[in-house]
This record gives sequence, C-alpha cells and structure tokens, in this order.
Amino acid sequence: MSTVTKSTGPAAVPLRFATPIGGVAGTSFKPEHLQAILAAGPRRGFFEVHAENYMGDGGPPHRALEAIRRDHPLSLHGVCMSIGGPRPLDKAHLARFRGLVARYQPALVSEHLAWSTHETSFFNDLLPLPYTEATLACVCDHIDQVQEAIRRPLLLENPSTYVAFRESSMRETEFIRAIAERTGCGLLLDVNNVFVSAANHGYSALDYLADFPLSRVQEIHLAGHAEQADDEGDLLLIDSHDGPVADAVWKLYEIVIQRRGAVPTLIEWDSRIPDWPVLQAEAAAAQVILDRHQSAAMAGERHAA
Amino acid sequence: MSAKHAVTSLVLAGAISTALATLATAGPLTKAEAEAAVAAKKEKCFGVALKGQNDCAAGPGTTCQGTSTVDYQGNAWKFVQGGTCTSIELPGGKKGSLKPV
Amino acid sequence: MRPEPGSSFATSFAQALLDPARGTPEIVTGPNGKAASRRYDVYRNNVTVSLIEALAAVYPAVQRITGAEFFRAMARFHVRSHPPTSPLLFEYGREFPRFIEAYEHAQAMPWLADVARIERAWLDAYHAGDAAPLSPDRLSAIAPARLADAVFIPHPAMRIVRSPYSAVTIFAANRDDAPVERIDASTPEDALITRPEFDVAVRHLPAGGAVFAACLASGQPLGEAAATALDASPDFDIASNIAGLIEAGAFTSLAAGDA
Repeated sequence: MSTVTKSTGPAAVPLRFATPIGGVAGTSFKPEHLQAILAAGPRRGFFEVHAENYMGDGGPPHRALEAIRRDHPLSLHGVCMSIGGPRPLDKAHLARFRGLVARYQPALVSEHLAWSTHETSFFNDLLPLPYTEATLACVCDHIDQVQEAIRRPLLLENPSTYVAFRESSMRETEFIRAIAERTGCGLLLDVNNVFVSAANHGYSALDYLADFPLSRVQEIHLAGHAEQADDEGDLLLIDSHDGPVADAVWKLYEIVIQRRGAVPTLIEWDSRIPDWPVLQAEAAAAQVILDRHQSAAMAGERHAA
Repeated sequence: MSAKHAVTSLVLAGAISTALATLATAGPLTKAEAEAAVAAKKEKCFGVALKGQNDCAAGPGTTCQGTSTVDYQGNAWKFVQGGTCTSIELPGGKKGSLKPV
Repeated sequence: MRPEPGSSFATSFAQALLDPARGTPEIVTGPNGKAASRRYDVYRNNVTVSLIEALAAVYPAVQRITGAEFFRAMARFHVRSHPPTSPLLFEYGREFPRFIEAYEHAQAMPWLADVARIERAWLDAYHAGDAAPLSPDRLSAIAPARLADAVFIPHPAMRIVRSPYSAVTIFAANRDDAPVERIDASTPEDALITRPEFDVAVRHLPAGGAVFAACLASGQPLGEAAATALDASPDFDIASNIAGLIEAGAFTSLAAGDA
C-alpha cells in the first residue's frame, strides 16, 4: 500500500508493480477498450494515458483509470506542460500533474520537448522550438521545476517536426543530450518521431540514433504516420498515430533494442482507434522483439559465465 | 422571502412526508416506463430524457499527434443539408434551416 | 514577418497559427533552403482540426442537428475567435453556446444554443467530483418545525438549464443515432443534469422545478425556495419536486437550521 500522503481526493491506488517495469510492451489506454481489457483480466503489459484527460475532479475517467491501474502498471504521459515554450510553467497545471503522479503512482512519467501554450492561448498541438543556448537554459529550468514538483525524474520525449528554425545552433540530439546531462532527466525515445523528422528534414535516422544518448532511454514509443507532400512536392511525413507502425520503423526499433537493451515500449494509436485486439497485436509484435533480445542477452550471460 | 406565497411548516411537513413515501415506493423506472413518461411529458414527473452513454460521449481528449485531415482554411463554405434540423419545427411553419437568413 | 525585437520565437510562431491570412513566419525554414509554407501549414492544420474536433466531442448533438459541414465551419470561426485558454480540453467551448446564439447562419435555429448549453452541462457533470447523493433518511430525521430552515448542499455534478424552447427533447433525440421524429420546438423545457454515481442523467423539470432547484442549490432554505417556486409557477408541487430532486441525486447533504 502506498505511503504517499495526499491533501485532496481519494486515496492512492494500491501499488502493485514496482518500478522499473522492464522490457514490457504496452499500449495507449483508450476508454472505448475498457470493457475488453477488464474482461480479459490482468495481462503482461502496461497502459499509457495522457495526464490532462484525467485532470477533472471525478467521474468515469478516474473510475476507468483506477480499474486499469489496479491490475497493470501505468505510464503517465503529459501532453500540455509546454516545457519547450518561453513562458513560465503554469503553476496550477504543474500542481495537477503532481497530484496525478501521487494518486496513481505511475511506473513511468513523461512529457514532450515541445510547447503548446503561449500568452493566454492553448493550441492543442506539440509545437517546435529552436535549439539554442537560450532555449536550452529555459527548457532545463522547466524540467527542474517539474522534477522538483513530482519528486522523481521525468522522461523527455524527442519531437516529430515539420519545420526547422533559422536561429537553431545545435542539432536536436546535441540539445537533448545537454538537457539530460544538466537536469538528470531520462529520455523517452519515440522511434516513429525519429523516422518522421529524419524524412522531413532530410537526414539519416540511423545517424540520429547513433548520436542519441541511448543509455538514458527508459521508454520507447512506436506509432503509425501518414504521408503528405511539402512545397517542393517531396514526401512530408505526418506523425498521425492513426494506423499500424510502419515496417521501416519496426526495423529501426530492432536496431535500438539491440543497442540499448530491452526497455518498456509503447504502441501509440490515438486517431481512428481500432478494436482492442488490433492494438493488442501491435504490442505483441513489439513484445516478440523485446523477448527475443532478452533471451539472447540471457543466453549471452550464461555463455559468458 | 416571497410576498405572494408563504409556505407553512404544516404544508412543508405534509409535502415532505408525501415525498418520502414516493421515494420509498418508487423503484427505478423501467426503460419502457421512462420512455412513456418522456413521451407524455407529465407536468409533475421528472422524466428522464437521457441517461448513461458515457462511452460514446465522453468529451474531447488531448492530442499528441498530428492529423492528416486538412481543414484549416476557408472562410466560405457551402450550406450542406445533412443534419436533423429539418425535423425540428417552430410554429408558423418555420423549420430549422441552414440557409443564411 | 520579422520578429519584433525582444519577442520570442513562440510569439512569431503562434501569431499565424489561427490566422490563415498571415504568411508563414520568417523564423522557420525547410531543410537545405527548402520552403516552409506547407510545412508550417501542418501546424496550422493540427491546431485548427484538433480544436474543431474537440468542439465536436463536447457538442455531438449540435453537430448532428446541423450536419458535419455546417458544424465544422461554425466551429472553425469559433476556434479562431475563442481559442482555448486551458490545457484541459474538456473545459473548452464554454463560450460556444453564446457564439451560436449570435452566429448569423444559425439564426433559424434559435433553440440550438440551449441544446449546446445542455451538452456543456452534461460534460461538466461527467467530470465533476464524486459524492454520495443525499439519502431520504436525512430528511425524515428533521423535526417538522425546522423543515422550512433546511438548507440543501448541491451535488458537484448538478446543473440546471432553462430554455424557452424544447431544448431537452431536441438534445435527447440527437445524442445518439436513432432516427429523429418531428419535434415541435416551441414548448419551453427546463433540464436537470445530475450524476449520482457514474451515469450522467438529463431530466425534464416540471413547472417551477427549475426555480426551486436553483434556489435550493444557491443555499436558500427549503421554505423560502418553495415560496419562490410557487410565485414563479402556481402549479408548482412541493412534494413531487423534493422527491424528484432527491431521486435524481441533485444533493449530497442538508443542514437543518442551526444544526
């Protein structure tokens, strides 16, 4: 049972899973899948939710999340903290985020290298930022505040982007490495985002991964993307989360697991959400890759011993 | 306090005991009863117009994904009939309409 | 657009997100000197579409009544003039009913804004705090002489929407996919929205019921609230309204006079 003290709201859900959760594949939790998930009973895996959807006072969303959390590890994924923006963090939002972490005791807590609020407007999209010494200092300051509030390390996710900034003076990997070193935060590597950004900006996804601080990666995201065209008629990929993971992204994922070892891996599917078995099958495919690596690693250890 | 009506303790006590008796005997309405009550729109009945539907009307969720639906421009559009508004009438034959007035 | 001296990248980037008349911010670029116009438009599109879809998720009956194309056009105007101010999307769209009321092309549907108000109240009730509804036993424990002073504490989910039109009937007929029969929109209807446990329920309020419930919810003692309701509507029936409100789960507790 939890020993976390809370000022408001119901008691924390009993903590059934210690952290870290190891090389397990999970999925986004979508309320339309609740009945199917509960009917199937506890399974290996974990569920990730967007924190903001559970920031209401009560009602069905919390009841559903409590039911999920009772039998499964949880990943709390913040979408709207606006860590990458120049404005000070929203203190009320930070307090709500802290409250959710205390209440649900997620195995993983993450946010984005992006911004979504400016002045008084919330734009409901993950917007990009230039990579400069000034923005680096600002992002690090914001992450310090979040980690101070939740009293644990945050995992920061690499973005998918469609434009670059003229004023950027660092590569994205350089920027992210500096953030991790300065703040001690962990990283959430979204392999689909790497693929999308590499295609959109004309660099090699493998080069990006070679330069990425993989040892700090504690969660991986996989998702589907869509294809459009840029002004020149060249391929522009959209991080749409509305279909299965692309074959090329699966290949990149295997490379990452070989280099980094097995880490919790999430299938994100947020639009045109399929029936539960379809989503579950995507997670099963990731689990096969994780298990293959884990048994190879164990065999390697036995061999060495 | 009301000028026209005063509600005496006696009236209130009577009303409360009637209310409690109603609550004690009334089971939950069956679906048919609820629908009949709504259809009749009984003046003194708290007809349930809609209950549940939590799964299909849970409101908006956040997005951390882009969309491949393109729809950000446009100040002009065609008025397309497609809604149920044409079934909704006001006296004088004025129906709901999507035509500019 | 060159950024103003001292202004941040976010200011330059944000200005054109909801304004298609503005050009692509000069601070962004494609790779190797490629143009950024269609690239920047991806963000404009994500913002606009996701917010239109948020409004559609708050107001499904309004969308069904108007059809998707009309709704999306109306919502697009609203998103541009009233972008959300909170990162909690389920809070978005509070200004939408008033926007609909003033919207030029919705004038032939004067009941539409009230349908939207019921939908907004439905979502508020859905996310409201959990609380056990008032048990009738609490009422029977009060001495008759002190009933007039009893004060009811409203349940966090309880909402009232009053309409000079048949807004409750129109709302209920359009929240699912069942065929919509002809509806006479001219009967005034008041809605009581509650969520005693986890199911939101929308009820018709009888004559005087909305005034009575609103008075009680604002902290007026029972005697005063009943008198006000009788003033508003001579047909008001105290017993059935108290029973109806308690059965609906409109209150969580009550305080009797000096108790």
